Amino acid sequence: MTREEILTGLYEQTLVGNGPEVLSLTEQGLGMGMEPSTLLFDALIPSLEEVGARFERGDFFVPEMLIAGRAMAGAMERLRPLLADTGVETIGKFLMGTVKGDVHDIGKNLVNIMLEGAGFEVIDLGVQVAPEKFVSAIEEHQPDIVGFSAFLTTTMPMFKANINALEKAGLRDQVIVMVGGAPVTQEYADAVGADGYAADASATVKRAKDLLAGKRALVGAGA
Amino acid sequence: MTEPVALRQTILRSATKQVTIGHEHPFCIIGERINPTGRKIFQEALRAGDLSLIEKDVAAQVAGGADVLDVNMGVPLTDEAELLENAIRLVQSLTDLPICIDSSVVEALEAGLAAYQGRALVNSVTAEDERLAAILPLVKKYDAAVVALPNDHDEIPMESGKRIELVGKIVRVATEEYGISIDDIVIDPLAMPIGADSSVGATALETIREIKARWGLNMTCGASNVSFGMPGRHAINAAWLPLAMGAGMTSAIMDARTPAVVESVRAADLLLGHDEWGGTWIRMHRAKVAAAAAAEAAAAEAAAAATPAP
Repeated sequence: MTREEILTGLYEQTLVGNGPEVLSLTEQGLGMGMEPSTLLFDALIPSLEEVGARFERGDFFVPEMLIAGRAMAGAMERLRPLLADTGVETIGKFLMGTVKGDVHDIGKNLVNIMLEGAGFEVIDLGVQVAPEKFVSAIEEHQPDIVGFSAFLTTTMPMFKANINALEKAGLRDQVIVMVGGAPVTQEYADAVGADGYAADASATVKRAKDLLAGKRALVGAGA
Repeated sequence: MTEPVALRQTILRSATKQVTIGHEHPFCIIGERINPTGRKIFQEALRAGDLSLIEKDVAAQVAGGADVLDVNMGVPLTDEAELLENAIRLVQSLTDLPICIDSSVVEALEAGLAAYQGRALVNSVTAEDERLAAILPLVKKYDAAVVALPNDHDEIPMESGKRIELVGKIVRVATEEYGISIDDIVIDPLAMPIGADSSVGATALETIREIKARWGLNMTCGASNVSFGMPGRHAINAAWLPLAMGAGMTSAIMDARTPAVVESVRAADLLLGHDEWGGTWIRMHRAKVAAAAAAEAAAAEAAAAATPAP
């Protein structure tokens, strides 16, 4: 197999969510001496970007999105330590979780897939994540952005509780806070003092990139 | 083998009408659209105190064949209790169907129950201790029935055994600690989206069969939840409900405006022996024929009016 064939294969097999094949092609590529970053940026990420685009157009459905995301995650598990060793930077680190009291995770998982497809490193804390857990995870992982997901009007108030906990821990200024979920609105996001809101998965990616660019420009200017 | 358990009957009432949810009864369609979640214009109107959009939703669900109406007033940044109380009064002035009062805010449930005339269905409680302790006393106080979900603090249990265990807990706490009749507990066995995990349909069906066999309880579900994220949602919902009914599901919270899904439910009623001599099925057929004839006549009249006289 040529290097070009490895990349094409990775792209196509990720697109159809063939996890075992994606992992096998990743191994083959590494065995041939290909750079982990090449596999990531020239095959996996473009493929997941295409998955997201098709989902947004209504050409792809939830199961297809999930299996593609899982195929990429399998390869990333293999690549992540190698990428870290070679000092390859992702575009940003995104810490994600569904708030305490809420067990809904499909929407959050779709957003994670889109973020990974855009080159973010995503750390997913799962569902029912208490404010203290967000605080300790922010301390541990030092993410650029933290995302709170809520599916119920009754669990949305946890956004405010989480933000309060970040303030109390002195972490609020270090991290961009994004909120989202079916009942959430821009108005509600503003009311609780979040930095960003997006209505769907692809809008989340755009908003996350914008917020990150804004923050980096600010840090650059302030330095 | 132990004796088969009694099959439970959940009786709901408005001021003037009674509806029975039960295994030997026609499936209970709980019309679901009186709910502003995800509807921006509706939310803004409600915030401004304008409840007029509710009338249209009620009319559509009644016309579609709903037996009970689910009323949810979950609008962020508002006084949900006051809104729900007003909505309940309004809906009861528009229809004699019993109401399923839908909120996870305890104060809103209480306000809704206090305003309601009849015997309501409360939607919902989970198996979490503090939810049971907050909501079951209201169910008892206002002589209502309650939808209960077998999930607790952790994730939604994906295996049937854990859900059955939590149903057991709900039944024990509700009947022994709060004196609620087992007839008035309606379990939502948690039918998850099939698009996110291909095994969830089978798990839900297994859970439904087991709940019926052990306790004979009534059950309900959000009918459209199973098809989330999939194309052809109506067809999936229309296949799901008869499968669930065959296993022991006795009601669903669903959009009665979708004829394909309502018809699948009534056809399954007929086939399960819950529609004697096909009375309901034939009546639905005649209504459909009459509506089509009326539409045709109206179209012909409009065409005749548009044609200039010779």
